[in-house]
Amino acid sequence: MVDWKDGQLERKRQLKVFDATAGFPESRRQSLVDRITRHAEPYLYTAPALILIVTIMLAPLVLGLSYAFRDVHLLNPFSGGYVGLDHFRTLYDDDNFYRALRNTLWWTGASVFLQFVFGLILALLLDRPFAGRAVAQALVFLPWAVPTFLTGLNWAWLFNPVIGPLPHWLYALGLMSEPANILSNPQFAMWGPIIANVWWGIPFFAITLLAALQAIPRDLYEAAAIDGAGAIRRFTSITLPFLAPTIAITVLLRTVWISNFADLIIVMTSGGPADRTQIVASYIFTQAFRALDFGYASAIALVLLVLLLAYSMLIVMLRQVLMDRA
Amino acid sequence: MNSYSIFGTALHRLAILCYVVFALFPLFWLLKVSVTPNDLLYSEGVRMWPSRMSFEHFRFVLVHSAFPVFFRNSMIVAGATAVIVTLLASLSGYALSRFTFRGKYWLVALMLLTQMFPLVMLVAPIFKMLSPLGLTNSLTGLVVVYTAFNIPFATFLMQSFFDGIPKELEEAAKIDGATQFMAFRQIILPLTLPGIAATLGFVFTAAWSELLFALMLISGNSAATFPVGLLTFVSKFSVDFGQMMAAGVLALIPACLFFLFIQRYLVQGLTAGAVKG
Repeated sequence: MVDWKDGQLERKRQLKVFDATAGFPESRRQSLVDRITRHAEPYLYTAPALILIVTIMLAPLVLGLSYAFRDVHLLNPFSGGYVGLDHFRTLYDDDNFYRALRNTLWWTGASVFLQFVFGLILALLLDRPFAGRAVAQALVFLPWAVPTFLTGLNWAWLFNPVIGPLPHWLYALGLMSEPANILSNPQFAMWGPIIANVWWGIPFFAITLLAALQAIPRDLYEAAAIDGAGAIRRFTSITLPFLAPTIAITVLLRTVWISNFADLIIVMTSGGPADRTQIVASYIFTQAFRALDFGYASAIALVLLVLLLAYSMLIVMLRQVLMDRA
Repeated sequence: MNSYSIFGTALHRLAILCYVVFALFPLFWLLKVSVTPNDLLYSEGVRMWPSRMSFEHFRFVLVHSAFPVFFRNSMIVAGATAVIVTLLASLSGYALSRFTFRGKYWLVALMLLTQMFPLVMLVAPIFKMLSPLGLTNSLTGLVVVYTAFNIPFATFLMQSFFDGIPKELEEAAKIDGATQFMAFRQIILPLTLPGIAATLGFVFTAAWSELLFALMLISGNSAATFPVGLLTFVSKFSVDFGQMMAAGVLALIPACLFFLFIQRYLVQGLTAGAVKG
């Protein structure tokens, strides 16, 4: 088994000579078994992954869709019957759901916008060589490695006037009348998870945008500088057009991901106070985990899925347009 | 250098410094409270560093609490998930990189789909499915679930690493009589070791951080992972801030180690997947 490795380079040189004819007679001589194995090979490689995805993700997805039309309560052994569209009728009149929908828009919009803006600035800063760049880069990307439950707890503690400095600083700046916890203030509570999310998510945008920035040919900038283009002009005429496809795809995909990202909210506020921080994803989790109403949770999930599907179609179409243009 | 560019450079360094401070401050505060003795916790609330340090919280957490069990459970779950996912994803990633086969398009579409839909949808049905199999409240159940969740992303990641290795290597080996699998195992895999390390790191971090499914599937201390244990601790003893933060610092250690380990591959990894955080 070892010696085919040794002869490899030499054979490769020989291959060039026989290239045109070498493959042909051999394939004829191949036995049927060989051909079947060869044909089955890619399926053998992908089978374990495919089986897991189908049984652990696709099957529950379908099962979940059926729950949306059934009465499924974890603690009630007699539940499970079909209720038709009852869940959706309840949902139609559920003010908490509409509030969660509005909160989702606010949570997603603010988080994505702030992560993107600060991520872009960071990427531009890191794109410029300076002493200690590697260390600075490792340090500013560190939040991305912090587990999300810990990010949530950490920021909840920072906002807590008993133990954290933030309320005292806000009070000292005159932004608060007394050092209070922003997470228990119905008007501003959403800012808590949003700030934690921005802290955690800036590195993701910065890393992706930095990779795109570093792919821009440097001589373009030099040529533009020689032609007398200023820094702002170079940014708008070279950097932005080059980054545009990356920005579009990253922002759109990230929007889907963040709108479903309930960890921080569940850890920091569990949707409170008075449901002011409840987003659709955390509402689904609360219905399943606390109310144990799997049927209703699945009905909300189905609505969320339809909304996301519509949004994803937009992404696919946009991607097509961008690829056609490239 | 003229005064304009000196000013620009200073501004640039200042901005970098702001980012570094913003990134590190929450972690610094976590560390600070975890080493503050209880009697100073409230009297020195907003001081940057306590006048006296103590490791009593760490001692309590390590000796008198269930955190070592949570830590061990999380290690088992995250470690097993990372190894299994990397193994399976290098197979499927290799197939996507090297073979053209019927159904490949649908396989890729399926894997992309799993990255788009909200996993929180699956909380209830997965609980219902695993419960009769005895896989709720069990580490095995968590490993199975996390493995499935992480395979699509890991497959794309491994595929991007395989794509970077010239096909001629296997072709030469096959001319010399090796089967495709032998070429894969003996030539290609050793060349992708950095990619394997990166995938291990990404999956480990993801499994270490997962919260919602662990909360739903696990009840009771014996099979609790770190996130579940910490949240239970927080809701039960929400006044022992020092102990909670000491536990938090401990939860941070493996994630940070893996981060340092995979830091170099971050750019490639995130742009290959570009979907998941």
